[in-house]
Amino acid sequence: MEQFWLVTGKLLEGFGQNCIIFGVTLLLALPLGLIITGGSMSRFKPLRWFTRTFVWVIRGTPLMLQLFVVFFIPPLMTNGSVSFGRMNAALIAFTINYAAYFSEIYRGGIESIPKGQYEAGQVLGMTKAQIFGKIVLFQVIKKIVPPMGNEIITLVKDTSLSSVIAIPEVLMNAKDFSMSGLIWPLFYSAIFFLAFCGVLTVVFSRLEKRLNYYKG
Amino acid sequence: MAILQVEKIRKSFGKNEVLKNISFSMEKGDVVAIIGSSGSGKTTLLRCLNFLESPDGGKIMVNDKLLLDADSDTKLSDSEKRKNRLHFGLVFQSFNLFPQYNVLDNLMLAPKLAAKKQLKNGGSYMGCTNRKDAMNYIQNNAMALLQRVGLTEKAHAYPCELSGGQQQRVAIARALAQSPDVLCFDEPTSALDPELTGEVLNVIKMLKEKGFTMVIVTHEIEFAHDVADKIIFMDKGIIAEEGTPEQVISHPQNPRTKEFLSRFSQNFKMD
Repeated sequence: MEQFWLVTGKLLEGFGQNCIIFGVTLLLALPLGLIITGGSMSRFKPLRWFTRTFVWVIRGTPLMLQLFVVFFIPPLMTNGSVSFGRMNAALIAFTINYAAYFSEIYRGGIESIPKGQYEAGQVLGMTKAQIFGKIVLFQVIKKIVPPMGNEIITLVKDTSLSSVIAIPEVLMNAKDFSMSGLIWPLFYSAIFFLAFCGVLTVVFSRLEKRLNYYKG
Repeated sequence: MAILQVEKIRKSFGKNEVLKNISFSMEKGDVVAIIGSSGSGKTTLLRCLNFLESPDGGKIMVNDKLLLDADSDTKLSDSEKRKNRLHFGLVFQSFNLFPQYNVLDNLMLAPKLAAKKQLKNGGSYMGCTNRKDAMNYIQNNAMALLQRVGLTEKAHAYPCELSGGQQQRVAIARALAQSPDVLCFDEPTSALDPELTGEVLNVIKMLKEKGFTMVIVTHEIEFAHDVADKIIFMDKGIIAEEGTPEQVISHPQNPRTKEFLSRFSQNFKMD
């Protein structure tokens, strides 16, 4: 029993790291994604081209590799004078990676709104900002809640990738136990992810229900 | 004095010349029906009137005031376009109600925004100088319009809860809430079952009796014949024939008009 509490404490400590990465990534990637969407939908071709290439690179390479790049490349390039530190490197890599995915979800949502909604606003004399803020935005939010829920739940589990740059997150701590012959903490760590994702699932299904007061 | 004057409107999409020097005018209280086959430019003409398309050339005047001179070099700014649009209302084929707002809020959204802006700039909205009066005026006006189209009891329903015909009646009321000089309809019944067409056409007929000035693009030839003071038949970007319903529909002169109308004559007896 004593061993159980010891393991639980250690894993909880690790899961705290996962939660930090999750929270900060979400906080930064949600708005950054919107900026990227602006770039990839821009009428200015070079900006659009640049942004879409950027999104392609980020989505086209493993997050694990991106973690290595952010952590190792700056010190290598500067003979060690610039280095982010493990946690900061993880936060930067996660934020950029998730912002790229979010930006594509936003873009899909915005492009799914029928042209007629914009035109209806225009003929009623509304400004572009009013049309976006009062008509389009809410419809976009309703459209993107399910895919965003999906992506955010993926983020919870992806946080354990940070162990590749030696962040002592829950899975890494569990693995340490297994190295010394204690195998069950590795499977026990699943409980933490399941609980967290369970809460998110409930939150998102409530949100979806709330937005379901109209169809279309 | 003509309420609306359109002079030599031209519009091309790439190499495709959709409107070739379209000119017409109408008096206050007139109802003009524009008929013609698909691709004849009817809808584009209506969209030019509502500043959803920018004509390549020509003039648009409302009450002798020049709104658009596409031949001059100066382009309209967005705010000028917005101001000009308010002379026109547009009812779309696909209704385009805002799904997240109930019927009443669909009617009040744009007037509320306009009122807020005008009051903020120290002006007045429909004679109201404070916010509460303005909001009251807007709500009363919206309810009166709903009564006019017979949907008072649906004020708090959402668009998805209404039939197509009811949605289109709400869209008409929404366009009227801006008190446009000219109300335009872009095939208002084309997306409706034959059963629901009647209720929308009845609303338009009622508006004619109340003296509204309207331009109606329609495929309902019989309706156009009954309600319009003037029929414009468009073909390949020009006005091929225009005149009273008697002239254009009952006794067409142009061979293209005859051909077009012959497709309808089976189920429509011309008197």
